[in-house]
Amino acid sequence: MALNTDYAQAQTAANKFYDLPRFGNVHFLHFTDCHAQLKPIYFREPGVNLGFGDQFGKTPHLVGEHLLKAHNIKPNTLEAHAFTYLNFEKAAATYGKVGGFAHLATLVKKMKGNRPGALLLDGGDTWQGSGTALWTNGQDMVDACLALGVDIMTPHWEMTLGEERVKEIVEKDFKGKISFLAQNIKTNDFGDQVFDPYVIREMNGVKVAVIGQAFPYTPIANPRYMVANWTFGIQDDNMQKMVNEVRAKGAKVVIVLSHNGMDVDLKMASRVTGIDAIMGGHTHDGVPTPVKVKNSGGVTLVTNAGSNGKYLGVLDFKVNGGKIADFRYKLLPVFSDMIPADTAMNKLIDKIRTPYETKLGEKLAVTEGTLYRRGNFNGSFDQLILDGLMAVKNAEIAFSPGFRWGTSLLPGQAITMEHVLDQTAITYPWTTVTMMKGDMIKTILEDIADNLFNPDPYYQQGGDMVRVGGLQYTINPMGEANKRISNMTLNGKLIDPNKTYKVAGWAPVAEEAKAAGGEPIWDVVAKYLRDIKTVKAKQLNMPIIEGAKGNPGFAA
Amino acid sequence: AEAAAWNKAAFEGKTLDEVLKALGGSSADKSGAITINAPDIAENGAVVPVGVTTTMAKTQQIAILVEKNPSALAAQFIMTADTEPFVASRVKMGQTSNVHALVKADGKWFVSTKEVKVTLGGCGG
Amino acid sequence: MADPMRVRAQETGGIVDVKVLMKHDMETGQRKDSSGKTIPAHHITTITATCKGKQVFQGEFGPAVSKDPFLNFKFKGGAKGDEVSVTWVDNKNDTRTDKAKVS
Ligand SMILES: [Mn+2]
Ligand SMILES: [Mn+2]
Repeated sequence: MALNTDYAQAQTAANKFYDLPRFGNVHFLHFTDCHAQLKPIYFREPGVNLGFGDQFGKTPHLVGEHLLKAHNIKPNTLEAHAFTYLNFEKAAATYGKVGGFAHLATLVKKMKGNRPGALLLDGGDTWQGSGTALWTNGQDMVDACLALGVDIMTPHWEMTLGEERVKEIVEKDFKGKISFLAQNIKTNDFGDQVFDPYVIREMNGVKVAVIGQAFPYTPIANPRYMVANWTFGIQDDNMQKMVNEVRAKGAKVVIVLSHNGMDVDLKMASRVTGIDAIMGGHTHDGVPTPVKVKNSGGVTLVTNAGSNGKYLGVLDFKVNGGKIADFRYKLLPVFSDMIPADTAMNKLIDKIRTPYETKLGEKLAVTEGTLYRRGNFNGSFDQLILDGLMAVKNAEIAFSPGFRWGTSLLPGQAITMEHVLDQTAITYPWTTVTMMKGDMIKTILEDIADNLFNPDPYYQQGGDMVRVGGLQYTINPMGEANKRISNMTLNGKLIDPNKTYKVAGWAPVAEEAKAAGGEPIWDVVAKYLRDIKTVKAKQLNMPIIEGAKGNPGFAA
Repeated sequence: AEAAAWNKAAFEGKTLDEVLKALGGSSADKSGAITINAPDIAENGAVVPVGVTTTMAKTQQIAILVEKNPSALAAQFIMTADTEPFVASRVKMGQTSNVHALVKADGKWFVSTKEVKVTLGGCGG
Repeated sequence: MADPMRVRAQETGGIVDVKVLMKHDMETGQRKDSSGKTIPAHHITTITATCKGKQVFQGEFGPAVSKDPFLNFKFKGGAKGDEVSVTWVDNKNDTRTDKAKVS
């Protein structure tokens, strides 16, 4: 299907596209990292997702044409648009928005219709990422997930609502309806299990088990004081114990619903035996075909289902005589214009939004270029946030965290308060202004670079590099820890390790920052946008990346 | 029971070798029979869980060391005939460092090492 | 007097798993107060555990053990209903003993 074909033709093809015949007798539906996006949105996939060493050129570190080739997708098709950034503006205009819970609901119903007993898995990062999720303390997403028919979930950003709120939802709203699983969350005192590690269900006469794996580095990537009594971690040994336990109880299919991030999932699949599939999230990788990982016990499939409600993963197993004989997997992109909205879900979303529509709908400015976030080093919306921080806070340098959530805007679109909140709605939104010495700036960049480029995935946290405004630098991702960053300059002058610079930032994880309570980032960005009215196409402040040329995770 | 003494010299050792000597050992072979259970990345450098398990017969002593701490030895444990060859505690780490487990079994010393990363935090997907 | 410990002892298959949470500042001797004076080290030095009058575990802590220390060990030969007794002594000769029944 070429880009400029008639819309009706596209729709016919799309309808066929969503006719996914049932295969086998055990079925899992999976979405992850929707980041509270209840309405259809635009979402641009990354042009930079570098892998080095063992990860060089391997899924998920493929972008653009490299991704298409590896997964056998024809260029200039519906799927090519779904999985890559290629021709983003034109293709987005042709195929329209993606996601939205009302459209997802229709698709889930359709899949469940010919897959009796199918379980719907929510990989987490569900209760955070929008204005309404923030203002309702996650209640909008809790209600929407109950309406969507989620069966099982595991958390990450959910935890930034705090321990008490999470427990309240799990023990009240979800009780008897949604299993909230995490084998790797324990109490800080005696190491007791906080949530159920797994559930065993019978599906079409086959016992299946789902084990939950929460984001292992929650107390590091997000404020620790929000989960002060709990400890996380990867906990391979306990995972193996759980797998053995569910097998001993008769499970013939074992699924791990994971928020590890894909590189961590791939390593875990090579070490833990007896898992049939790890259905993962956190790194927001839209991976069209599963990776088959060999381990001493057999093969484990690893999938990752993107973000922002853009995809629904469908995993079918044929189980014969207690053994898996075959499988099928399809990661279906959710094109909102091609799937009718579910009426009941639409009503619920309207009801949720009504009290906030005026606030969300405020037009702050118009953008002339595409605004997006994904990419290892910068995105145009991040650049906008950096520009706003430096302007409003009168700072020479700005830092903005390498979050992977946040929706995209097309050229000519009005930037509303809702869009700003889609990039910034967190429970620790405070802006900070710090007088920082040059060597401290380097320490911060080195620390984050190691979280992204440590050759061992278990030492990575799955975000992107901190975005920087004002400052230029060179990075060698393959360098040793604390030796990756060089040539830091400001206005053409080398950064002096002993000199002090004025640095603006936001999303501080330290508890002291909570007490200081700087102005929320969305107010700073909104102020800036109201002031400039028009956002010109953004020139990204990118570091010089050594050794990236020719990397299949890099769009030159 | 006899009064437990505190091995001052061992707790003042700056390196693995100094601690080993103070504990009465001369050399320690690397051993795959020792498992260190510690996080790859510490959630809180002030409270890093470290567990040590061995499958070696006649385990007599286990010591936990943090290479880059001002003094390397964090804690050491004496096993009786009834103690299982396992111990877990929580230690302070100022920075990313190797953690060593020294084990004395049947009169000989062995060592195993694991790196624990201490990070500033923030960011995420 | 020092604050009490929390002690939990659980038996499975003849092996007793003992978890202890002590209450102690574990001051390193490296920190300075607001006036720049070094805060002297104050930490637990030794821990002993007994069951039925017999020593089952012994440990030594340096100042690098975390504040409010945690300790987990296991021993053979205990049974449900036995009493495990844990005692610590610190470098100022303060001491504390707490007991728990094996469950
Ligand atoms: Mn996410
Ligand atoms: Mn996440």
